[in-house]
Amino acid sequence: MRTIKQINEKIKKGEVVCLTAEEIIDLAESKGVKKAAEEVDVVTTGTFGPMCSSGAYFNIGHSKPRIKLGGGTCKFNDVPAYCGFAAVDIYLGAAAMPDDDPHNKVFPGEFKYGGGHVIQELVAGRDVRLEATAYGTDCYPRKKLETLVNIKDLNEAVLFNIRNCYQNYNVAVNLSDKIIYTYMGVLKPNLGNANYCSAGQLSPLLKDPYYKTIGIGTKVFLGGGIGYVAWQGTQHNPGIKRKDNGIPQVPGGTLAVIGDLKQMKPEWLVGTSMLGYGVTLTVGIGVPIPILNEEVCRHAAAKDKDITTQIVDYSQAYPQMVAGSLGEVNYAQLKTGKVNIQGKNVLTGNLSSYSRARDIADELKSWIKKGDFLLTEPVAPLPGADSGYTFKALKERPII
Amino acid sequence: MISKKIVLHFPHRMVDQPIVYKLVKDYDLKFNILKAYVTQREEGLMVLELSGKKENYSEGIKYLESCGVKIQPLSQDIIRNEAKCTDCGVCVPICPSGALAVDPLTRKVHFYDNKCIACELCIKACPTRAMEVHF
Repeated sequence: MRTIKQINEKIKKGEVVCLTAEEIIDLAESKGVKKAAEEVDVVTTGTFGPMCSSGAYFNIGHSKPRIKLGGGTCKFNDVPAYCGFAAVDIYLGAAAMPDDDPHNKVFPGEFKYGGGHVIQELVAGRDVRLEATAYGTDCYPRKKLETLVNIKDLNEAVLFNIRNCYQNYNVAVNLSDKIIYTYMGVLKPNLGNANYCSAGQLSPLLKDPYYKTIGIGTKVFLGGGIGYVAWQGTQHNPGIKRKDNGIPQVPGGTLAVIGDLKQMKPEWLVGTSMLGYGVTLTVGIGVPIPILNEEVCRHAAAKDKDITTQIVDYSQAYPQMVAGSLGEVNYAQLKTGKVNIQGKNVLTGNLSSYSRARDIADELKSWIKKGDFLLTEPVAPLPGADSGYTFKALKERPII
Repeated sequence: MISKKIVLHFPHRMVDQPIVYKLVKDYDLKFNILKAYVTQREEGLMVLELSGKKENYSEGIKYLESCGVKIQPLSQDIIRNEAKCTDCGVCVPICPSGALAVDPLTRKVHFYDNKCIACELCIKACPTRAMEVHF
């Protein structure tokens, strides 16, 4: 029907027809998928949720005299970062936390500050304390470094998230008689609440369930700036069970994404504290879907009612790696604010902000319409549903 | 009839006084204690839902003020930091009084401070710690 090249020509001329993933639903319902596919060039998606496997790498520049952090230690605002590279390259993970954080010693731990918060502060342009130690060599004699750093002075500051954008996610509940504190939030006892974490009908990989347009090299909205899909994310699991419409009924694909942190914004990268669990980073991502043909359009027009997920007990089944679902619900049901589980009406809460996901889809749409954002051709596809690529559990073996 | 949720701050010299008893006995007011921190030699704090006839209510409040009790409406004490809230909505099922709710159209989270009972369950449950206590 149309190619990415043709779409980019239209973007440059200001003639592109771009709708958000919500707007395409209405159009496909009123005019039919075929007509919608003829009219629309691009659909924008968005998601804004906690994504723990996020982080950023930096090159801080060489000090005088020189120091080699590789093999030493390094902390930003007391949060340890990984520096097992050359002299001044550092990777900071979103879930890292200060060594003297009480963690869960006083339960539930508050986890007020960690890697995610450092990343947000850097993006906001605030000075951050860097303290590092090294063992000293002939060519890198210095053993200690203490300085303020600012993102604008770093050589590179690159957000590189190894797993983001989960294609669907569990609904978490608690069947036990005690409150539990999880990465899915506080779960009250005896089915006291049901927490989910997805933008549903706005979520990127749910709108391109077979990765027909999203691939390695796809240009995306990342943290308020521009990023790219670098690879499939860790735990990418395309071979899971899918509905007739192709949409995974359990967590499926994931994305690894990369982009220049310097042009991102603190409102789209938010340091996050999960009570009793840890720290993380809430990341905003938006992916454009080029409407290459009617099939792509049909998938992009999937609505909350068409997207289902599983209810999982986080008191026993999840921690003990026991497979099983307490039932299947769709996102339209979850968004009403309550769902029926085992005969009980249970209040729902979303960890992923739908209104912010909508803002991202709108923002990306405005970039495309203004001609500021051209689409890219993927350079390689993500492993697909029939690829045999799977997500395996750890097989432990005794060390003899 | 009038019913209000109020926060009482009383100085340590009054910690051993039966203030609430007086409100019932002398002013015919009904009370429901939502929260209380009373420590010897320190300030006392009590969150009350107080109801009764309008004139009795205002006389009761005058009595409290004459004793040196500082009174604040409850809604001033739990505040949402709008810059930090991302409108995710994970607080909504945690709130026992329906003070936090998702707007079905905008999907933004509303905080109805008149419904808040200052239980503080949302404070630490909020992933961006956008809910703040200002007692």
